[in-house]
Amino acid sequence: MGVSILGLAWHSLVNRRVSALLTVLAVALSVALFLGVEKARTAARAGFDQTISGTDLIVGAPSGQINLLLYSVFRLGNATSEISWPAYQRLTARDDVAWTVPISLGDSHRGFRVMGTTSAYFDHYKYGRSKPLTFSEGRAFDDIFEAVIGAQLARDLGYEIGTPMVLTHGLGTAGLSDHDNRPFRVVGILAPTGTPVDQTLHVPLEGITAMHVGWETGTRNPLADTLSESVIRSFDLTPKTVTAVFVGLVQKGTLLRTRRAINSDRQEPLLAIIPSQALAELWAVMGNAERLLLAISGFVVAVGLVSILTSLLTSLNERRREMSILRATGARPSHILFLMLAEAGGLGLAGGLIGMGLIQLIFSLTAPLLTASYGIALPGTGLSIIDGATLLTVTVAAILIGVGPALVALRRSLADGLSVKV
Amino acid sequence: MEPQTCIELRDVTFAWPGEPALLDISRLTVSQGEKLFLKGASGSGKSTLLGLIAGVLSPRSGLISVLGQDQAQAGGSQRDHLRANRLGVIFQMFNLVPYLSVLQNVALPCRFSPDRARRVSENGGVTAEARRLLAQLGLHEPSLLSRSVSALSVGQQQRVAAARALIGQPDLVIADEPTSALDADSRDRFIALLNAQVEASGATLVFVSHDGGLAGQFDRALDLTTLNRAARRQRTD
Ligand SMILES: Nc1ncnc2c1ncn2[C@@H]1O[C@H](COP(=O)(O)OP(=O)(O)O)[C@@H](O)[C@H]1O
Ligand SMILES: [Mg+2]
Repeated sequence: MGVSILGLAWHSLVNRRVSALLTVLAVALSVALFLGVEKARTAARAGFDQTISGTDLIVGAPSGQINLLLYSVFRLGNATSEISWPAYQRLTARDDVAWTVPISLGDSHRGFRVMGTTSAYFDHYKYGRSKPLTFSEGRAFDDIFEAVIGAQLARDLGYEIGTPMVLTHGLGTAGLSDHDNRPFRVVGILAPTGTPVDQTLHVPLEGITAMHVGWETGTRNPLADTLSESVIRSFDLTPKTVTAVFVGLVQKGTLLRTRRAINSDRQEPLLAIIPSQALAELWAVMGNAERLLLAISGFVVAVGLVSILTSLLTSLNERRREMSILRATGARPSHILFLMLAEAGGLGLAGGLIGMGLIQLIFSLTAPLLTASYGIALPGTGLSIIDGATLLTVTVAAILIGVGPALVALRRSLADGLSVKV
Repeated sequence: MEPQTCIELRDVTFAWPGEPALLDISRLTVSQGEKLFLKGASGSGKSTLLGLIAGVLSPRSGLISVLGQDQAQAGGSQRDHLRANRLGVIFQMFNLVPYLSVLQNVALPCRFSPDRARRVSENGGVTAEARRLLAQLGLHEPSLLSRSVSALSVGQQQRVAAARALIGQPDLVIADEPTSALDADSRDRFIALLNAQVEASGATLVFVSHDGGLAGQFDRALDLTTLNRAARRQRTD
């Protein structure tokens, strides 16, 4: 049988398959990079937004809303000041407040943050789309010296239920003052969440106070270690301050009003933030870097497309005779143009499809692993409108890039007349 | 009854860009069904003249009437149309598209010309017609059709090119030194077979070569050097 014009383009390309494959590969890799960055960005954004949910307000000492968000949710940085226990009690007593969870930060254990809180934290802290924290092993704490650890901390430090820990004041690694008058031990391990909870060591607020017995002056009191466990337990361990408070409202409708009321508390300056708003503001700051990354990967796609141009231009000499033969056997200029543009578009389309497939393959292989060991879901990594738009853009851009070489081929085939150049 | 005119040239001049006039032909007429031999030294402008007739080049001045169409006046697409539908072209060498099979090469003109495709389908389809032409040009082997053209000898390649030029019954076949790469035996055989096929289809043939010894195998022979006033003026060496 005869061969169609498109078939002609195909056979010609197959005839130059090594260089064609290299070109397709270059386009495919650049498209895969671009889509990878785009999808990782979407996933990161979605994951980021879902670090905390179900909490209506976070209240802390006045600083900035990003600062408060960073230390209370992401455990990054430190609070410059705290809020008083009476202020916390007043928050809890408000009519429009359904629940409060106080948290106390500032200490660390072998590089992981220690957070003092109440067992209500495990009921009210939500992440993702209102997913509650769950225990992969054990239970919530109900004694001063009991601790609940995040999944990553458990894995990295090899802690299990019953593992004893020495928690001391300060952010350094444990060292000099390893004494067992404050015998913390693990009673619960949380399932992975993909949030900073995984790297947190949770103890009761009273446990934090107990850790600080002997540090009241800011330096270490040598007598602290001589106190027995029962003496420490006999102290009033109610904290004097907490770092921040997670607040749930009775009615979402009062959100702005409640927030304003808290922010204008006359007895103590407080800052109440709306987590989703603060997250959006934080993302806007980080978004610049992310857009830069996207722009760079966009340029890589352009480089991939230039490889199509290179391949077309280098093939022109090789194909000069081919074009003359086609002209002599009746090919019109439109056929020559079509052959060249079909080749350019075909290279772009093939590269785009392979790049798309590649990135789907990578995500489908890594997503289950990430979810299993880190609790990170990769939302939005399936095929989306972005893939379609990228494929279309790459193909159209490839065809446009083909116009130059196509016109050169056409001009030559017209100028050569019937004399076939060898 | 006078035979009808297939090609008529009047006061045709042509020059490649930036060069002196290469062709200046006051009159050349080829009748329909005629087999014309055109002799000319290498570089004398034979291929250029064929390009003018085929409508891939345009003259600087003059009239070039081919099968009733004035190539000098016709637009590019009209010339393309005429060439696709009614002309067959054979080159000196490298006639074939290297990545297509023998059959695909022979069928190529039908792809560009609906007229030829129709005539071929009236004659039993592309494959049958290609096989018939190849057989009559001395390529009988059935397995040949699907073979890669690079596996063929030069003589075989030229006959495949002839079959391609002849498929779909063109009115005019242009052959540009198709035998210069062949040895004496296959050259004479090629010309005989080509002539027979051209005759059978009633087409006109313009066959150019630098080898004047071939002239006897055609109806009429002309020397481009005497025909071309530009060459006479320039005193060739
Ligand atoms: N595409 C072209 N561009 C410019 N000059 C050309 C081209 N083709 C042929 N010529 C010139 O025209 C002259 C005649 O060439 P050609 O028609 O191929 O002669 P022949 O076929 O008789 O050997 C030569 O001097 C050649 O250099
Ligand atoms: Mg020539």
